[in-house]
Amino acid sequence: MEGALACRFIVDKIAASDTLRLNGGAGHGRPDRQFTGRCNVKVPVEITINGKSYSGEVEARQLLVHFIREEVGLTGTKVGCDTSQCGSCTVKLDGAATKACTVLTVQASGSEVTTIEGLADGSDLHPLQEAFWNKHGLQCGFCTPGMIIAADELLRKNPSPSRSEIRHGLEGNICRCTGYQNIVLAVEDAARSMGGA
Amino acid sequence: MFPAQTEYHRPNSVTEAVDLLASNEGAKVLAGGHSLIPLMKLRLVAPTVLVDIGRIEALKGIEATDGGLSIGALTTQATIAASDLVNERAPLLAEAAGMVGDPAVRNRGTIGGNISHSDPASDLPAVLTALGATLKVTGKGGDRSVGASDFATGLLENILGEDEILTSVSVSSIPSGAGSAYVKFAHPASRYAVIGVAAIVGVSDGRCSSASVVVGGVETTPTRASSVESALLGSDLSDEALDKAAAAVAGDFQGDAMSDIFASAEYRQAVAAVYVRRALAAAVSRAG
Repeated sequence: MEGALACRFIVDKIAASDTLRLNGGAGHGRPDRQFTGRCNVKVPVEITINGKSYSGEVEARQLLVHFIREEVGLTGTKVGCDTSQCGSCTVKLDGAATKACTVLTVQASGSEVTTIEGLADGSDLHPLQEAFWNKHGLQCGFCTPGMIIAADELLRKNPSPSRSEIRHGLEGNICRCTGYQNIVLAVEDAARSMGGA
Repeated sequence: MFPAQTEYHRPNSVTEAVDLLASNEGAKVLAGGHSLIPLMKLRLVAPTVLVDIGRIEALKGIEATDGGLSIGALTTQATIAASDLVNERAPLLAEAAGMVGDPAVRNRGTIGGNISHSDPASDLPAVLTALGATLKVTGKGGDRSVGASDFATGLLENILGEDEILTSVSVSSIPSGAGSAYVKFAHPASRYAVIGVAAIVGVSDGRCSSASVVVGGVETTPTRASSVESALLGSDLSDEALDKAAAAVAGDFQGDAMSDIFASAEYRQAVAAVYVRRALAAAVSRAG
């Protein structure tokens, strides 16, 4: 509690000198460096990841992608831009493609997460993984886990997308190798093998 | 990047959420988090307490009302874009919701969070202003209703009090015979609107009988394009009439156009006329 009070005191001081305001009243500060780590507000969480339950205490500010990578050790999910633009951190959160760099771990407490590691059925690759392999849908591979999770949602909503629909559906995922053409071909191939046109 | 330390609460009702806001100075409402968390990561905001309303079921869903729609604040952009009811009664809103960010962002982002954030580059403030939407706000003192055009007061600023939450959005159906369109120049990475134009054009006997045109992304709050609307009313909606009306938007900016590394104020105002023209053409083509 003492930690939390100290925390508020610092924020108030910062707020008093700050110019950026949110909503009608409260001005909230750009905290100085001293602020970071001054208090340690932990909250209990319980999250099911790839069918396995994980529980423990995390800082309220912790981002889901860090929980997945650093606490659980599933490093398939990547941190790319860290600004919810590139999509390399995309996971399924209660079934919906979600950028895990823009969700707090504690927000996901009580939810089910599927990461790239949870897509394969034992040693049998998911048809999308198979298709990315066959069609050379990756170069450096950094964007691939996010691409595949996003493509999985696309194919669930639209089992036989056109190339233009594939591009539109993957709008939130950026490949800095710029290997988009083969990614589109891979998704098209997966759609065929999954029963779409 | 990660946010500054904060406390976290997950209330089960709006009343509980409002109490938490009222009793914690510097608290912020967290819904989908796709506007607030990026700002927290940049340390541009550091709420002392987060009040996560994300699981309050009563704030989710879309209902038909007499003459329109009522949309719970927690309804996601993805749900709105896919809703038959919204597509039928306020297709402008469904179209714009489907253009927010990208699919993953639309899965998390909510209509209430989008509006409460009052980001000038956001799509929905301009659209709800064009639709003449009414926003319901709930606080310690009860409920109040605010017109969408009176909500934002500046860059990331609005009329919400510290203990208040935007709880629902009411929209009237667009008039029969009217066509609507939302077109935008999206920033290539963030998909935020550098310029977004919402237009609703009514057509009767080949002439413009009503017009509502609002431009987002140029000034700190949505700009009602009154000059464009005046030029349209009564016109024959020919290509020449639309050219003339779109060019009139230059007179609607109040002199506080925004500049950033991507687009200068002059550029935004010049390109706005192009996008107004496109929005008008699309709206007119859908009328009838």
